[in-house]
Amino acid sequence: MNPASRKAGIEARAEVRRAVRSWFEGQGFLEVETPARVPSPGQEVHLEAIPAGGERYLITSPEYHMKRLVAAGLPRIVQICRCWRAGERGSHHEPEFTMIEWYRAGAGLDEIACDCEALIEVAARAVGHWPVVDVPAGRAREGKPEKLAVEAPFERLTVREALSRFAGIGLRGDESVDELCGSAARAGCKLGTAVTWDDVFFQIFLDRVEPCLGRGRPTFVFDWPLPLAALARRKPDDPLTVERFELYAGGLELANAFGELCDPDEQRARFVVEAELRRQRGRAVYPIDEKLLAALADMPPTCGVAMGFDRLVMLVTGAESIREVMAFADDEA
Amino acid sequence: MPSYDTSDIRKGLKVMMDGAPYAVVEFQFIKPGKGAAFTRTKFKNLLSGAVIERNIRSGEKLEPANVETKQMQYLYKEGDSFVFMDTSTYDQVQIPSETIGEDALFMPEQIVVEVLFFNERAVGVTLPNFIEQKILETEPGFRGDTATGVTKPAKISTGATIAVPLFINAGDTIKIDTRSGEYLERVGRA
Repeated sequence: MNPASRKAGIEARAEVRRAVRSWFEGQGFLEVETPARVPSPGQEVHLEAIPAGGERYLITSPEYHMKRLVAAGLPRIVQICRCWRAGERGSHHEPEFTMIEWYRAGAGLDEIACDCEALIEVAARAVGHWPVVDVPAGRAREGKPEKLAVEAPFERLTVREALSRFAGIGLRGDESVDELCGSAARAGCKLGTAVTWDDVFFQIFLDRVEPCLGRGRPTFVFDWPLPLAALARRKPDDPLTVERFELYAGGLELANAFGELCDPDEQRARFVVEAELRRQRGRAVYPIDEKLLAALADMPPTCGVAMGFDRLVMLVTGAESIREVMAFADDEA
Repeated sequence: MPSYDTSDIRKGLKVMMDGAPYAVVEFQFIKPGKGAAFTRTKFKNLLSGAVIERNIRSGEKLEPANVETKQMQYLYKEGDSFVFMDTSTYDQVQIPSETIGEDALFMPEQIVVEVLFFNERAVGVTLPNFIEQKILETEPGFRGDTATGVTKPAKISTGATIAVPLFINAGDTIKIDTRSGEYLERVGRA
């Protein structure tokens, strides 16, 4: 692929980057830089880090180090940086990609959701596609080009509402795997050999729910079930769900946000469980990040979010493939 | 045959699902936030032609389908079957007319088609997209009558009746789209 044919995508990317930076500056965010090579790249069961020599790995996200900065007394920080995830390649995935990650101490998830709405507006305006962006056939629901109105407010659903509306499943969050499999089978999902709660959940979600999200306008999906907590804290009034949202827009999964878990003991327990799952599945087990756990004790209540920068550019330019907004994809490097 | 996993998925890969052979039409790598990787795959049922979509989790196994295609020439009709010859081995097979279905209308003798075998049994044929056929009979044409959209019926050697423009005569050779059964153009005059 000749980079000249990417000229429009490369230019749009630069415009969006400039607009995003300037928006964060206007909001009083401090732009920070954290290490790309780290000893503990994150225990998430389904992410595979790329070894970087000397018992270091390339980051899969800048999350741990940015939280240490929040704990150290920097309440509003942002970073636009490269992240690496082994084996992820497709029209919305590249093993090396760019993330916008930001944190707001003392804020609630809804403020982060409003940030996302504002950021998509500035990105869309930066490339002259406001308030409606194109959704190309490859990302559309029915295989024909669609439009997406990106003016706030976006649609806001909970995971339970989404499962009930699109799959006819009543989800609690504490059902057994067998019970969840039963619901999935009644909803007509083909489960294959899935035996874990999260695999069954995602089979339902991808088969029946996700294709319906972010159509016509973007959708925030809030209140994820406890088994998919990752690094999110439990909701005080609903212990079976956690403070987390995912943002879907025009066939793209754009952002994932947490009310950050600040309890070092619970965080350690979750790391241990995830490390064990990684071991069982034959994946590399990384050391537990003791520096992060030590810092969590000092971290104020905080919300944070990671948004795929490449996908943001795809969204506002109507690109079908992530390659259209990158100068060189991994296999062109 | 060893089974496939999601990393083997590519266009044209033939697998068994729910007892029927399918071919991969399209696929996309997807990964829900905090979830396992899946391959969103569109499959075409090789028997019915129906297209379905499945999200296949990485780690799932796919069973290879015992299907193959052969280039074969249609020789002649014998009773209720059609006789084909493998153009490389000269082996002959008989395929019942219900398997061929309406494709028989656009399958003149001597034509080379792709025959699909499933578990060593012929289960379908794929015609070339275009064939050229001589008109056997039609009402006489009017020279210079090129009014568009006005057609008349014309018969070809397979027995099919094609809607052709008024200027076409018996003995003319025309090009036909076998997928739609439509006249495309005149390629030779009587």
